[in-house]
Amino acid sequence: MANVGIVGIGHTKFGNSSEYDLSDVLAYAATDALEDAHFLARRKEVDQVIVGNMASGLFCHQSAVASALVSRMDMEPVPAELVENGPASGASAIKIGYMAVASGMADIVLVVGGEVMRKVTGWVGTDYVATMLHTDAEYNMGLTLPAFGGMFTRMYMERYGLTERDLALLAVKNHANGAKNKYAHIQAPCTIEAIADGPDASVVNTYVAEPLRMYSTCPVSDGAAALLLVNMDSPKAKGFPKRPIRIAGIASATDTHCVHNRKDPLKLDAVRIAAEKAYAMASLKPSDISFAELHDAFSILELAISEEVGFFERGKSFLAVRKGETDIGGRLPINTSGGLKSKGHPVGGTGVSQAVELVRQLRGEAEKGRQVLDPKYGMAVNFGGFGNNVVALICAKE
Amino acid sequence: MALDAMEKTLRPPEIPLKSYPAKVITLASGEKMVVREARREEVGALLGTLYPLFGVAKDFYDIVAVRMYSEILGWYRYRVANEFVLVGTIDGVIAGLVTSRHVTPKLGMSLHTLTIKRGFRVGAQLFAAKMEHHLEILGEDEVYIVAESPNGFKRWMIEYQLEDRSSLFPEVRHELGGVPTYVLTRPLWDAVRDVKCTGVRPVSAQDLKSSEKLIMPSEYPQIPGFKR
Repeated sequence: MANVGIVGIGHTKFGNSSEYDLSDVLAYAATDALEDAHFLARRKEVDQVIVGNMASGLFCHQSAVASALVSRMDMEPVPAELVENGPASGASAIKIGYMAVASGMADIVLVVGGEVMRKVTGWVGTDYVATMLHTDAEYNMGLTLPAFGGMFTRMYMERYGLTERDLALLAVKNHANGAKNKYAHIQAPCTIEAIADGPDASVVNTYVAEPLRMYSTCPVSDGAAALLLVNMDSPKAKGFPKRPIRIAGIASATDTHCVHNRKDPLKLDAVRIAAEKAYAMASLKPSDISFAELHDAFSILELAISEEVGFFERGKSFLAVRKGETDIGGRLPINTSGGLKSKGHPVGGTGVSQAVELVRQLRGEAEKGRQVLDPKYGMAVNFGGFGNNVVALICAKE
Repeated sequence: MALDAMEKTLRPPEIPLKSYPAKVITLASGEKMVVREARREEVGALLGTLYPLFGVAKDFYDIVAVRMYSEILGWYRYRVANEFVLVGTIDGVIAGLVTSRHVTPKLGMSLHTLTIKRGFRVGAQLFAAKMEHHLEILGEDEVYIVAESPNGFKRWMIEYQLEDRSSLFPEVRHELGGVPTYVLTRPLWDAVRDVKCTGVRPVSAQDLKSSEKLIMPSEYPQIPGFKR
C-alpha cells in the first residue's frame, strides 16, 4: 500500500451557519484546505472528492451534496461521492479517501466533512440525530442520544464512583482549550465554581438528561472541515509547501445496533477494536500517543473512550483528569481543540475536524496556550451511533 | 401651570410597586452578574445600549430593541403605568435587560427580554428574575407572556411549559400586537422555580458598587466590528 499523507487542512469556524447553504459551508472548508496546500488553482487535478455528511436530507432538505460541492468549487469532472456513517461520517470519509490513495486508485483526494444542523430547532435536531438508533427497540421508545448519554453516565458513576463534579472538570479543561481555538463554537472558558461548586451551579449548569448537565453535553453546531490527502510515494506529492502529516493507522469497527444487546453496555467494543487495529497498522501502542481527540459528544464518552483505547485502566480515567494528566501540559493531553464540548459537533464534520486538529498540533500550528510540546503521534476517535460504528485514526509527524 | 395640569392628566395612574431586591448570579464563565432594578435616571445608558441593535434583523433583535426602547422611554416620561426595568450587569457593563408591567394586583404583563452577552443564559436568568419579581415580590397570580423570536418561544413557552390561552382571544390578550398569549401561573412557576431561578442575596457591597454606574457595552456579538 502507498503511504498516505495530509498536505492541506481547512476548517470553518463552528457555530451557527444556518443562514448559509450547506454546499457553501463545505466549499469554504474545501477552499481553505486547497489554499493551505497551495493547490486551489490546480484543484481540477484532484483525483477524487469524498464528502462526509450525516443527514443533509433531514437538516437542510438537500441531497447529493458531494455533487453540489464539486459544482460550487468549479471542479467538474472530478469524481465525487458521499459517505454517511452517522456522527462518524467524517472519519469514515477519511478512511475511504485513505483507501483510494493507498490502493493506487487515486493520488490526490479531497476529503470534506460537514453539517448544517441549526436550520431546525434543537429539539427537532435531537430527533433527527436519534433516527440512527434502532427504530423499534430504541427510537420508537422515545430514546435520544442525550438519553443514552445520561444512562451510560449513571451506570459508570455507580460502577466506578465518578461524580458530577468530575464531569464538570472535563468541561473546564475542554472549554479552556476551546477558548484558545479560533475554530471553536464556544470560545469561552468556564469555572468549576460556576458550574459545579457555587450556589448558582445547579441552575447555570442545568440538567439535560440527568445526570448529564448542559456542561457535560456538546452544543449543536454547524461547520465543516477538509483535508487534502496525497500519495506520499507519488511524484505528485512533491511541491506541496508543508511536509505531509502521515496517516499511520486508520481502522473502524462495528457493534450491535441495539445497545441492550451488548453484554456490558459500558464496554465500547467497537472503540477498542478500531483502536487496536489502528495501533497494529501503525506499529504503535497507546503509550506512544502524544495527544488525542476523543469524541466527547457527552463528557462521559471522553472518559470511556480513553479507557477503551488503552490510555487508562477501566474506571480510572477520571482520576487522571482530577490530577490534570489530560490537560495541555499533562502527561497525555486530550481534546486539545476543546473537543466536541467546546469546539462543537456538526455531526458529519466532526471526524474531519478531529483530523485537522491532529495536523495542526503535529505541525506545531495550534494557538499559543494549547499547543502540545513536540508531539509525535496524535490519535482521534470518531464515535458513530451509540458506539456501534467507530473510526480510529493515528497521524504521525514523520 | 396649565401644562402641568395637562401633564398630570396625561400620566397614567400608578400603583406603588415593591422594589426588586438585587441579587448576584455567578455565570458559567465565572463572571458575576448583578441583577437589579434600573433607576429612572439611568435611562440614557439603557436607551444608548439598545440603539445600536435597531438594525439587527437576526433573531428579531430589531423589533425587540425598538419596542424596548419605546417601553423604557415611555417609563421615563410617564406614559406607561407600573412598569419596571431589571438590568443585568457584569462589572457595570449591561449584559441584558428586561421590561415588564404590573397590571393589577393579580396580573403581570411581561414585555421584553433582550440579551447582549450571548452564550451564558443571561437572558434566561433575567427572564427568571422578571418572573420572580412578578410572582414573589409583587405577589401576582399570573403573568401574560408572548414571544417574538423562536429563541424566546423555546426559552419561555417550551421550557416553562406555559399555558397557551390564545384560544381565549380576544377576552385574554397580551398588550403586544395580538400575538398568541401564553401564561405563567403560580403552579407552573412553583414547578420550575428551582431549576430556572437562582441568585444570591444580599449582594456584597463590592458587587453592588460594581453595578452602581451602568456602562453601555462597547462591543456587541450581534454586530461584528461594532465599537462604541
